Amino acid sequence: MTGRGADSPREGTLAAELARLEEIVRRLESDDGDLDEALVLFEEGVRRLRGARDRLAEAELKVESVLEQADGTLGSNDLAL
Amino acid sequence: MAASPQLQLAGPADDVWSVSQVTAAVKRLIERGALPVWVRGEIVQCKAYSSGHWYFTLRDRRSQVRCCMFRKEAARAGRIPAEGTEVFALGTPSLWEDKGEFRLTITTLIPTSAVGQAQRELERVKAALQRDGLLDPARKRRLPEYPGCIAVVTSVDGAALRDIAIVTRRRWPLARLLVVGARVQGDGAAADLARALTIVNRCDGVDLCIVGRGGGAREDLAAFNDERVCRALAAVRVPTISAVGHETDISLSDLVADHRAPTPSAAAETAVPDRRDVLRVVNELATRLGSGLALRTSLAGERLERTADRLSVAMGDTLRTHRHRADCLASELNALSPLRVLDRGYAVPTRAGRVLKRQADFTAGESFDLRVSDGTVRALPEAEP
Repeated sequence: MTGRGADSPREGTLAAELARLEEIVRRLESDDGDLDEALVLFEEGVRRLRGARDRLAEAELKVESVLEQADGTLGSNDLAL
Repeated sequence: MAASPQLQLAGPADDVWSVSQVTAAVKRLIERGALPVWVRGEIVQCKAYSSGHWYFTLRDRRSQVRCCMFRKEAARAGRIPAEGTEVFALGTPSLWEDKGEFRLTITTLIPTSAVGQAQRELERVKAALQRDGLLDPARKRRLPEYPGCIAVVTSVDGAALRDIAIVTRRRWPLARLLVVGARVQGDGAAADLARALTIVNRCDGVDLCIVGRGGGAREDLAAFNDERVCRALAAVRVPTISAVGHETDISLSDLVADHRAPTPSAAAETAVPDRRDVLRVVNELATRLGSGLALRTSLAGERLERTADRLSVAMGDTLRTHRHRADCLASELNALSPLRVLDRGYAVPTRAGRVLKRQADFTAGESFDLRVSDGTVRALPEAEP
């Protein structure tokens, strides 16, 4: 119902990053596939882990106000809160 | 006396439930996803306990249901209604396990006679939303796990926005809050809110939408019961959280949204994970990644060892085969050797390493060698034949 858990997350988002990491780990933990593939997966996993940690560490909340312009298009301003 | 087969079949099976197990299971069944519903009925057997809780029965011509109203809500409702009063009661279905009794937990109780124009309008809108399936629990969507962009529909200078920003900054500063401002009370508030909700659908990359306002008088929350607002909320393409007023206020927007939060702060708490928890998840993934690779290398090592074993077994077999073949060839070679003929009594005459095969090869007085089976004998022809 209202628990957490999304459908396929958008590419490039943290959610997508973590979903891919989970997939990599699960594939490494299954015992099929060859060592070359495992090493490639491992390298990708390390890269994505580093990316996810950086994102979590460096984040700073952005607040923007969305406004509808006279011509009907949308614009946004930063909002200090 | 042996029991008849029929009696055995009629006996209890192996998995007998206890009464508590049955009531607990039914309780889960009833309360899972149960939403508050408005019930119209006549109050009978009403009793106010010294604890402050009220217990009563709601009935109509065909059925009745036990209800309870806890102290806090009972105090807010004021005087206990007289026996036989017709009321609107807002309650959530539940099961009282002690008595195995199905009942409604009532939070709001309004005598029908006291319900004015506004209330009738609310009833009409609710019925319309219900008819169109907008209150159906089955259409509730799951909230995204790690929202990147959150649309917030509320007053730009209200306390609600400030509270949402504070909580989000503390828990999940990775998020971007897109505020779509709207008046939340007074004339034009409903139209404003409905318009803001449609703008949310035009913003790119939004993962989640929070709509709400801080607490206020009941009339101040009226815009969130407006049919246009409820329908615009139902049409938002991403999962929605409604947070209107205080914990005890329930608006129609709350019923339409995918998730109801008691306050704007609580909405933010529900909307975003805590960064520290996610960091823990990442660290767990890092550990599993390392041990996953270790597992795979050790498996590959084992496979390599097994291959080496098989290789050495195969090599041994090949060597044995070749050795046997060499032995066979040697004995064949031996059989063909001219030396074997000498064993049978023949001798080979030679001189200076050359075999003497013809009469002409021999000259009287000129010695030659005779190769016999166990050595060589010097011989001398006596005269010309």
